Amino acid sequence: MKLSKLAIAAAMAATLSAPIHAAEQFFPVLVYRTGAYAPNGSQWANGYVDYLKLVNAKGGINGVKIAYEECEFGYATDRGVECYERLKNKHGGATVFQPLSTGVTFALTDKAPIDKIPLITAGYGRSESQNGAVFTWNFPLLGTYWVAADVLVQHVAKKEGGFDKLKGKKIALVYHDSPYGKEPIALLEERAKMHGFQLMLLPVAHPGVEQKATWLQIRQQRPDYVFLWGWGVMNSTALKEAQATGYPREKMYGVWWAGAEPDVKDVGEGAKGYNALALQHGAEPNAKVVKDILTLVYDKGQGTGPREEVGNVLYMRGLISAMLGVEGVRRAQERFGKGKVMTGEQVRWGLENLDLDQKKLDALGFAGVMRPVRTSCLDHMGSSWVRIHTWNGTKWEFTSDWYQADEKVIRPMVMLASAKYAEEKKITPRTPEQCKE
Amino acid sequence: MIYRENGQFKTSYAADQQIFPIRQDRIAILALLIFAGVGVPLFADEYLFRAILIPFLILSLAALGVNLLVGYCGQITLGAGAFMAVGAYAAYNFLIRVDGMPMLIAVLLGGVVAALVGIVFGVPSLRVRGLYLAVATLAAQFFWDWAFLRIRWFTNYSSSGSVSVAELDFFGWRIETPVEKYLLCLGLLILFALVAKNLTRGAIGRQWMAIRDMDVAAEVIGIRPMYAKLSAFAVSSFYLGVAGALWGFVHLGSWEPAAFSIDRSFQLLFMVIIGGLGSIMGSFFGAAFIVVLPIFLNQFLPWLGGLVGVTISTAAVSHAEFMIFGALIIFFLIVEPHGLARLWSTGKEKLRLWPFPH
Repeated sequence: MKLSKLAIAAAMAATLSAPIHAAEQFFPVLVYRTGAYAPNGSQWANGYVDYLKLVNAKGGINGVKIAYEECEFGYATDRGVECYERLKNKHGGATVFQPLSTGVTFALTDKAPIDKIPLITAGYGRSESQNGAVFTWNFPLLGTYWVAADVLVQHVAKKEGGFDKLKGKKIALVYHDSPYGKEPIALLEERAKMHGFQLMLLPVAHPGVEQKATWLQIRQQRPDYVFLWGWGVMNSTALKEAQATGYPREKMYGVWWAGAEPDVKDVGEGAKGYNALALQHGAEPNAKVVKDILTLVYDKGQGTGPREEVGNVLYMRGLISAMLGVEGVRRAQERFGKGKVMTGEQVRWGLENLDLDQKKLDALGFAGVMRPVRTSCLDHMGSSWVRIHTWNGTKWEFTSDWYQADEKVIRPMVMLASAKYAEEKKITPRTPEQCKE
Repeated sequence: MIYRENGQFKTSYAADQQIFPIRQDRIAILALLIFAGVGVPLFADEYLFRAILIPFLILSLAALGVNLLVGYCGQITLGAGAFMAVGAYAAYNFLIRVDGMPMLIAVLLGGVVAALVGIVFGVPSLRVRGLYLAVATLAAQFFWDWAFLRIRWFTNYSSSGSVSVAELDFFGWRIETPVEKYLLCLGLLILFALVAKNLTRGAIGRQWMAIRDMDVAAEVIGIRPMYAKLSAFAVSSFYLGVAGALWGFVHLGSWEPAAFSIDRSFQLLFMVIIGGLGSIMGSFFGAAFIVVLPIFLNQFLPWLGGLVGVTISTAAVSHAEFMIFGALIIFFLIVEPHGLARLWSTGKEKLRLWPFPH
């Protein structure tokens, strides 16, 4: 009796969970709401999912509703790959993957061309994947770590009064000892050669709570600037150690993953004066899109995370990442048929021909949040504008003008590294004619 | 009633000494192998291959290696992840630095290099034992973690420290589809499991077990501890090295040292303890328990929640997964401290008497 009841219930559940939604665009969501990086990862995830909810509340992408499913991987590469395999064929096939982990990005870069699913890595991933002729399926939109490092050097040079003043200066890079943290080294070494500053490399092991030795070295060597390439708990630990060693926070510059509320909140006053890059946006509680989300999603009780975190730095990062994916679909629909569900291949075309001008951004509610993005076959990044914001003890404030990464430095490095990759993987780069297809 | 060996008479030594003396076992194993080799490729989908079966096969091989050392020779090791890493990076370097190197040869050479490294790091076992040895092998873990992060030659000067393998070419056979990858791993696992089983039944395995049970007594009856211990380290590391190379080449495709961190070493040790120390079968049970169960729980819990109309958040599922997994480990260790393999053999004993237990 009991067994038959269970069987009936199971059968009913099976029929209920079967995809009834025939024409929905499926967005898989790889998240880490647990583990050492959860405080940062969950805000990004909330922003990402909230934006998808907002698009649905506004009627979908030209009428096509979005389906989404989360998969938790705890920032572990092998579980991330498992999540990818689990989600890629669900609900009629995944539209785009955004893993928010450089390690997972590296693993998926090989799989994406086979499965024909584009990979957006807004503000992370492989720096050389900017070259879309080789990395057909990777989209490091808005910026790579080479852009970040380049802008930091530019900013420091400006503070010193010119690139020639950097000679003999000492810059320390405190980095997460993983592909993520190592990415900027190549560019910083190049810049160090150009301007004659000395680069100190100080790796910090995962998860980054043990930094005593690192900061002892900083106390001894007294570098002029410290660049912080941390993630999660490593950032707040670094700030606490800086406070303990007495290293001036004003001379510390974090990458855009080391410049959000969870990194500085615990340190509070101690982090005052600490600077970090802003991937175009900062904390944007007054943006129109945020107000839309509050009225259309949160007021209806459908918010994913706590209401007070809406508009935080990493929340906005997730929001923008989702928006870029959705706009890729919208662009693809313009060519392949409005109101239809796009395949991964079609979305890839959409992302490669993305053209978000100021008018479109304003209409989406992103006025003042970010600058126009325009991608092409050779440039899968679309924009390399960055500014810097500073923690004033209670909130992040913009303290610099817009910077743009120096193409003359980055382009040759991108071409060289992507050519090496193409040779290793026996990929023939696409010709300009093939790009037009 | 069905499972009993009455009436199966052995008339030769060979028949008496075979791996599965009971005919039903032989039939069952043969059926299982045919099922794994033919049946599974027919019905399994890509997700099952890539996310569950391939990791399970490769980690079974690794667990087998750890079991030879820990379970059969009694040398506790916490450096299993390091030997996997050595195998993976050695195979990678053979592949990219030697022109036209076939993938499988590179994998096996990775195993050989891991074996040599294993012998070197096995030397402390001649002096220290038990938990102290575990600490000594921890040095291997930290040393190789450091080496693959810092010595850039090993990663072919890749800027991010992550390496990747282009294509798996085996004498013209390009291994691309999940089914081919699965069959490759399955073939290697069957081969190595057979070798391991025979090693443990032969002279060398008996020496290992003698050392495990009491090394002074073993030495008195003429077993050379140095030879026995170092050979156990070599064979175990070879298995781990091959498993590591497969993990990098076949499963991940591109990897960084974090793939073989201390967590991996612990994971492998737990597999062996939960599966059953000193049992080939136990390695498979342990690997299945540790690899498949968390993924199963992760998907089963939301489904279960949906059944009663509750939506469980991703974070809650993940937390629950950890709790249930931990509770199950404790449960099995209390119910059967000798591991899942012992449960299996108890079950077989019971089955022999069924349905008339005395």
